[in-house]
Amino acid sequence: MNDLLYLSGQYIRHHKNKLLILIIAITLVSWLPIAIQSIVNQTAEQLLDRANQTPLVIGAPGSPLELALGSLYFRTQPPETLAFEELRKVEETGFARAIPLHYRFNAQGHPIVGTHPDYMEYRKLQFAQGRPAALLGEAVLGADVARALDLAVGDFVISSPENVFDIAGVYPLKMPVVGILKPAFSPDDQAIFVDLKTSWVIQGLGHGHQDLNSKKAAGQVLKKEGNNIVANASVRQYNEITPDNLDSFHFHGDNSRHPISAILPVTKDSKSAALLIGLYQEEREGIQIVRSQRVISELLDTVFTVRDYIIIGIAAIAVATAIIALLVFLLSLRLRQGERFTLARVGASQTQIFLLMATEIITVLLVSACLSTLLILATQQFGMQLLQQLLLN
Amino acid sequence: MSLALQRLEFSYPDQGFALSVPEIAIQPGESIALVGPSGSGKTTLLNLIAGILMPGKGNITLHDVTLSELDVQQRRQHRLRHIGMIFQSFELLDYLDVCDNVLLQARLCHEITIDDTLEERAHAMACDLGLEDKWHRNVQALSQGERQRVAVCRALLLDPALVLADEPTGNLDPDNKVAALSKLIEECRQHKRILLTVTHDHSLLSNFDRVIDIATLLEKRGPAI
Repeated sequence: MNDLLYLSGQYIRHHKNKLLILIIAITLVSWLPIAIQSIVNQTAEQLLDRANQTPLVIGAPGSPLELALGSLYFRTQPPETLAFEELRKVEETGFARAIPLHYRFNAQGHPIVGTHPDYMEYRKLQFAQGRPAALLGEAVLGADVARALDLAVGDFVISSPENVFDIAGVYPLKMPVVGILKPAFSPDDQAIFVDLKTSWVIQGLGHGHQDLNSKKAAGQVLKKEGNNIVANASVRQYNEITPDNLDSFHFHGDNSRHPISAILPVTKDSKSAALLIGLYQEEREGIQIVRSQRVISELLDTVFTVRDYIIIGIAAIAVATAIIALLVFLLSLRLRQGERFTLARVGASQTQIFLLMATEIITVLLVSACLSTLLILATQQFGMQLLQQLLLN
Repeated sequence: MSLALQRLEFSYPDQGFALSVPEIAIQPGESIALVGPSGSGKTTLLNLIAGILMPGKGNITLHDVTLSELDVQQRRQHRLRHIGMIFQSFELLDYLDVCDNVLLQARLCHEITIDDTLEERAHAMACDLGLEDKWHRNVQALSQGERQRVAVCRALLLDPALVLADEPTGNLDPDNKVAALSKLIEECRQHKRILLTVTHDHSLLSNFDRVIDIATLLEKRGPAI
């Protein structure tokens, strides 16, 4: 048997290129349909799970899908924002507690989510290190962000500017990391949480600078009109909120008019949810309320349809590949007819000849099956994250 | 080991071909040329002697073993162990190197274990036939003459009592033909092997001890060597 395996091994080594092409083709056509099925199903399950945990989202008019995906995954920007006063209006209905979300900015690709401390409780997020953000300018990192940026409590995270060429634009804000969350295996792992007001500071709606009423700043003041002071560009603006300069931070304008991306209404029960939906659909113009589960289901319906078409296409390719592989094996057997004849005349048994001939086919099928299984396992492990990145980006 | 053929009769079903061999006895060390026109049954006779085909009647005895008394598996093992075969197109396996082609018959034989001694013997035999620098070269890269020598090495490695050669020099140029055949005959004579060679080339007949014309089964005596 060892000698037969040796001879088969020599045959395979000599024809490795032909067999490699066959193995790759068979592996791909057997792996792809299962992989697609697997990652789409897993992704659908996770998307629906997140949507079920967040049944309602309130936002500005526009694409319900963008609003739902943005509020659930912080990856898409709503075309319009809401005024912060909408939060109060939701709570005044008495049907729900309202949690604001402001996710316009990011730090090195990770979304910065301005919200209230209620969000942590709502998502049941737990701290691995540190504490919740208590002061303006403090940040709490999701588990993946801390790992990806190699940050710990006491380090700093800096918001990324929206446009590096905008000289008059918002400066990056340097934020101390005061807490790191335990992995929640959800989009929260990839987010940086700050207080809502901190996100407004990042947007430039609030800022801190040296005291213009002090004697030191007298040379920088251009004119004073009542409470308004106009200063020149040499006035120092702070890009980090510290206990020393915290008091100098202030917001211009009415906070109730400041923007938020969305509101997560946390209803007491399904009746409250139904009443809130009815109220917003009938009476509140310029605001939409979306049912996340329905929106995500519609998205998944499209994904499932595309998946089915892809699988049908791959199945057709698989049939063609199987036929070509069969043809290659048959041609190979025909080419080896002389070898079979020689072996038989020299003294090889029919079993030995059969095993020598079959090794080619068995090897191709076995190696393809092993590779395909490995790829399927890898897909089940990592494919879902990959697809989510593709879908959400 | 002597070879004896007694009243052999063989026919292919539905083909109208029939072979009839009254009696032939060949002594160890003898070299026999088997001649005859195409289709006269030379290769069929070799296949009968090798045990690949079974005669309808008669007996073939090699060293007191009568082939008709063996079953298929025993005949196969008998062939692997005691008969070396050389084919016109040499029939080497093109995915193996010289070493593995020489050892092929040994690999297929259950009674043989390939150890260092056998490998050294194969290597020495190849060196003796001028293949020392080709030992690990793929046979596709060899000339016709070199391929023929590999086929001879394969046939002789297990020290067979009988060597059956079906036009072994058919693919060689005239100069190489004589040299190769002389070497083969000499090697067989030296080790008391029977050499039975099918050939169409009448210029080579003088090298053999005896010539058998299969068409007439007229036994002719070759020139004394």
